[in-house]
Amino acid sequence: MEDNERKGGAAIVARGYSMIEIRWHGRGGQGAKTAALLLADVGFSAGLYVQGFPEYGPERMGAPITAYNRLSKDKIRVHSNIYEPDMVVVVDETLLKTVDVAAGLKIGGKLLVNTGRAPADVLAGFGDIDAEIYVIDAVDIAVRAIGRPMPNSPLLSAVIRLSGIMGRDEAVHAMEEAFKEKFHSKPEIVEGNMTAVMEAWSSVLRINE
Amino acid sequence: MSGNQAAAEAIRQINPDVIAAFPITPSTEIPQYVSAFKADGLIDTEFIAVESEHSAMSACIGASAAGVRAMTATSSAGMALMYEMLYVAASDRLPIVLAAVNRALTGPININADHSDSMGARDSGWIQLYCENAQEAYDNLIMANRIAEHPDVMLPIMICQDGFITSHGIENIVIEDDSEVRTFVGEYRPGKYLLNPSESLAVGPYSVSPYVIEMKRAVHEAMVKAKDIVRLVSEDFGRAFGREYGFMERYRMDDAEYAVLLMSSAAGTGKDAIDALRDKGVKAGLVKLRMFRPFPARELADVLKRLKAIAIMDRSDGFSATGGPLNAEVRAALYGEADVKATGYIYGLGGRDVRVEDFFAIFDDLSGLAAGRELPYCRYIGVRE
Repeated sequence: MEDNERKGGAAIVARGYSMIEIRWHGRGGQGAKTAALLLADVGFSAGLYVQGFPEYGPERMGAPITAYNRLSKDKIRVHSNIYEPDMVVVVDETLLKTVDVAAGLKIGGKLLVNTGRAPADVLAGFGDIDAEIYVIDAVDIAVRAIGRPMPNSPLLSAVIRLSGIMGRDEAVHAMEEAFKEKFHSKPEIVEGNMTAVMEAWSSVLRINE
Repeated sequence: MSGNQAAAEAIRQINPDVIAAFPITPSTEIPQYVSAFKADGLIDTEFIAVESEHSAMSACIGASAAGVRAMTATSSAGMALMYEMLYVAASDRLPIVLAAVNRALTGPININADHSDSMGARDSGWIQLYCENAQEAYDNLIMANRIAEHPDVMLPIMICQDGFITSHGIENIVIEDDSEVRTFVGEYRPGKYLLNPSESLAVGPYSVSPYVIEMKRAVHEAMVKAKDIVRLVSEDFGRAFGREYGFMERYRMDDAEYAVLLMSSAAGTGKDAIDALRDKGVKAGLVKLRMFRPFPARELADVLKRLKAIAIMDRSDGFSATGGPLNAEVRAALYGEADVKATGYIYGLGGRDVRVEDFFAIFDDLSGLAAGRELPYCRYIGVRE
């Protein structure tokens, strides 16, 4: 634990942060909340102080939801939502039309969109934004690896890679442990999820300069 | 681990004799986890799935009167449905433990955090401890039985944490070793109980006027003594597990000129605000009240008396037109003890987010107040105008 603590904390500090704040935009039922909670578990296993929490509103399938993560080398005390994230994850790209997903995103921050659209098409929607924009077709990966359009596992993998809190092997191991815990009543789905996270790790793509 | 998981872990380690519960958001997960522990054979608790919260508390009252450890969990309207039986539990001197997950009382209907549910129970005779995070929810539950069951106390206790904010948020937490927790909590040895054939007893009969006020005074006296027992058990907990708890946490108060006073999860956000204000040279501090019942009036006055100004923050409104219960009780504690300027705030109702910036605005108000500016007795903050 102590070694991990130094490692995870050092990874964050090396990237110029004392804390990484992430905001997820999804729709109820797509697993954005689950992904945020799993990311907290994975961050914990990297020896970080973590928070993972959804913003609860009317709980219904398809309604826009927001979830949040904090990953820090120091104890986290703040209990408010995140208004100036270092990273934004768009789980459902139909939200781009109705939600200002980039609101408050730090200058030079990272924006990850789950989409199958062409990069130029995605970029056009953001105009002149000072952020690193990344895409991943997490639904396509999930359908092929898991058999269902559940984008949260591949997105989790992409977010961990972009956060830089751990390397590939460590991340794969940590996600496997988190899935085994999360899906302990249905262990048969862990394998597909692991295929998805490995493909996602290598296919997340930056689309702007 | 979430605050609900933390509460459930504490209950697993305590392994109470009886849990009677009815699900209500956001405390539902607690009995859900506990019933899984039961199904997996990790506890030998009798789990009573009742048809309402009124029945949940009634079943706890029956079990506790019979002489065993009884616990439950609830929130919001569920607690409101228990109100009648909460008073019965206190009057019958039954050391029931309630894991409360604070949620707004309906009107309008809402599932998110505020303190209107447990504040409605503030006059019921229950001890109330409030928690900033999952760790405190766990720690206070570990301490709860020993406080409630102490022969000088014999009162029920509720351990309150903020719905969703801590109950459903994942945070780092230290879970202590099962056997160490069980040693700390100890066995329950009831003094007088219904299932004792050698000493017959009536619990909760109709009381005529010649008895009621004596029984109420006995609750009052137990509540006075509860202060010492909360202190002793907390000190013991600190020795056993290394985490220190008092009636309140004083954050950067030693040389503070201005301070906020509040309870539960927003105190963490407040501490970040205090650090930022200190960096700018503002002598800011924070008092997080852990124990609301019994109310540590003298100790609070002692901590607050050197301040220039204090902001008292309530996460519920008593609709007295003078603010929430903390505002009233903290001011009463200061009366005749200290000449500190005070102003009250209502914040965070129905889960309204509380930001570091909200605290900056409050400290701006406080410096104005100290300089002679008139401020209302109490007002809302974080409201869309």
